[in-house]
Amino acid sequence: MHIVVCVKQVPDSQSVKFDQNTNVMLREGVASILNPFDAYAVEEALRLKEKLGGSITAISMGPAQAESALREAIAMGVDKGILVNDPALAGSDAWVTGYVLALAIRKLGDAGLVICGKQGADGETAQVGPGIAAHLNVPQITYVRKIDEIDDKHLVAQRLLEEGHEFIDSSLPCVLTVVKEINEPRIASLKGKMAAKKAQIVKWTVLDIGADPAKVGLGGSTTKVLKIFAPPARQGGQIFTGEPEQVIGRLVEQLKDVVTAAAK
Amino acid sequence: MSGSIDLYKDVWVFAEQNNGKILSVTFELLGEGRKLADSLGVNLCAVLLGSGIQDKAQDLAARGAQKIYIVDKPELAVFNDESYTAVLVDLVNKHKPGILLCGATTVGRSMSARAAALLNTGLIADCVGLVIDPATKNLLQTRPTLAGSLMSTSVTPGHRPQMATVRRKVMKEALLDTGRNSEILLQEVAAEVLKSRTKRLKLEVEAETTVNIVDADIIVSGGRGMQNAEGFAILRDLAGVLGAGVGASRAAVDSSWIAYSHQVGQTGKTVCPKIYFACGISGQIQHLAGISASDIIIAINKDPDAPIFKIATYGVVGDLFKLIPILTQEFRKLLKK
Ligand SMILES: Cc1cc2nc3c(=O)[nH]c(=O)nc-3n(C[C@H](O)[C@H](O)[C@H](O)COP(=O)(O)OP(=O)(O)OC[C@H]3O[C@@H](n4cnc5c(N)ncnc54)[C@H](O)[C@@H]3O)c2cc1C
Ligand SMILES: Nc1ncnc2c1ncn2[C@@H]1O[C@H](COP(=O)(O)O)[C@@H](O)[C@H]1O
Repeated sequence: MHIVVCVKQVPDSQSVKFDQNTNVMLREGVASILNPFDAYAVEEALRLKEKLGGSITAISMGPAQAESALREAIAMGVDKGILVNDPALAGSDAWVTGYVLALAIRKLGDAGLVICGKQGADGETAQVGPGIAAHLNVPQITYVRKIDEIDDKHLVAQRLLEEGHEFIDSSLPCVLTVVKEINEPRIASLKGKMAAKKAQIVKWTVLDIGADPAKVGLGGSTTKVLKIFAPPARQGGQIFTGEPEQVIGRLVEQLKDVVTAAAK
Repeated sequence: MSGSIDLYKDVWVFAEQNNGKILSVTFELLGEGRKLADSLGVNLCAVLLGSGIQDKAQDLAARGAQKIYIVDKPELAVFNDESYTAVLVDLVNKHKPGILLCGATTVGRSMSARAAALLNTGLIADCVGLVIDPATKNLLQTRPTLAGSLMSTSVTPGHRPQMATVRRKVMKEALLDTGRNSEILLQEVAAEVLKSRTKRLKLEVEAETTVNIVDADIIVSGGRGMQNAEGFAILRDLAGVLGAGVGASRAAVDSSWIAYSHQVGQTGKTVCPKIYFACGISGQIQHLAGISASDIIIAINKDPDAPIFKIATYGVVGDLFKLIPILTQEFRKLLKK
């Protein structure tokens, strides 16, 4: 099976910057890492390939430096990396990202399964996976915590819900988004790192994938960020120290009313 | 999106139900939707999908929904991404709401993301603030980003509907509002729309999540300071007395002391209880991202310099293994359990 993993480069949380005019997150020239959630997607693809054979392609849409996220995936064992990179894509929102990645996957032609992370650690929209599925007109299973069964035509996966988990059968091709519980990502081997260094990253432009130029980038985005601001700070309150019985007594005194109201 | 954006008017709330029970977030959305509808001078409507759910329309009417669109089909008995999305998209294209709100639940986030892509419109996920811009009449949508370290306000200026998923327990539930006329509009959809290529085979309800942490009014959470899986026993005692849910930090989950479904934080669940007890949790930003909307945070930690004390409403410095059993005892007395 040909498995596609979508990997995103996200700014290291210490070094986030925004464009003063557009409020778009600046991605060029900022210290960045592979989206931590996407490492689970890569790992799951590797495990499936070990079982089913075939190949894995990692795709990323982003600036030139996003290549390094693809190289990280290749170091873990992914066969090939594709970067969709075009100045016209700058400022794209989640809608555009889903559209563009779906076109890139369609261009590959033979993807049997697409795996995404649950969400990006930056925007945390969790929208791109379902967006890809919608644009490709294939089913989706989000928040997958385990794949129980898989062959060429279908799979059975467990999706994490608020109250437990459900077992879902889906025809293939489909799109999965995976949660952290699904596996423990491997550390890249030395051989993998060497391969990653040498690997040729394929580059596709908006034209290459046949995207409508009016639907991409800042201009094509459906949403606009008006402002970015610091959240109202939570103030620290009262700290109790002393003998356990005493401090608990004081705490319970404070909480008496709320606890009586909220306890079930 | 089809046609001029001026054709899109009403405020819609997706009425999420599970097993025929309407989730409380739906009533929160109706509460918030009422304000938006009034400031735009349009109707507040609800969309209810399921099987054998028509009698639930009363609950929605009672909370101020003026039009209730219902699709009642056996195929919709349990949530299904493909068919639920297709039905919702079909209704939106027919009736053209200006705003469409869903709860930021697993169902709501999964479905609305697919729907927004198909509707060629914008979606802002996990909103905590919604207000109409008086100048443009656009919906201003505020949400946390980057693990809660920043907030952003966005708009969907040129596409309709303006879609949002809204975090649970942030908005106030709609009050009972029986004075309004409500229309119940049973909708038909083409058989095609109900088809899906996925199927739920079974549901396993997790035994321990008797009190689901995303719905809980009180959460008792433990971190690395609990030392081992057995350490959580004293938290469960406390939770039992309070009728609380049990949460955990990633460190506790990664050590396999408790299942991932209990993890609170950026990579786990976002919670919004009235009272959050953080026991043996240091308070790293990724954990705080999941709890910052709690009304009251209580930290129990032996390290007086733990960052959790900087944001806790009440902090107790000391050994949790001594403190928690006393706390449990005191609450048991207070609540006469
Ligand atoms: C991308 C990413 C995502 C993450 N997502 C999450 C997430 O979703 N949720 C999350 O929680 N973390 C998350 N983390 C991890 C986070 O950074 C912290 O590592 C984690 O929250 C630490 O858990 P802790 O507070 O239980 O452990 P520690 O930081 O080790 O703190 C344990 C605390 O217990 C106290 N203690 C020990 N013994 C006792 C005792 N007997 N009595 C009282 N106090 C005691 C100590 O003083 C200490 O403060 C994430 C990290 C990354 C990089
Ligand atoms: N620019 C991108 N390039 C490749 N994959 C992406 C990109 N943006 C998002 N994804 C994938 O979609 C998932 C969800 O991201 P998001 O919708 O941004 O929260 C990520 O974990 C990735 O798997």
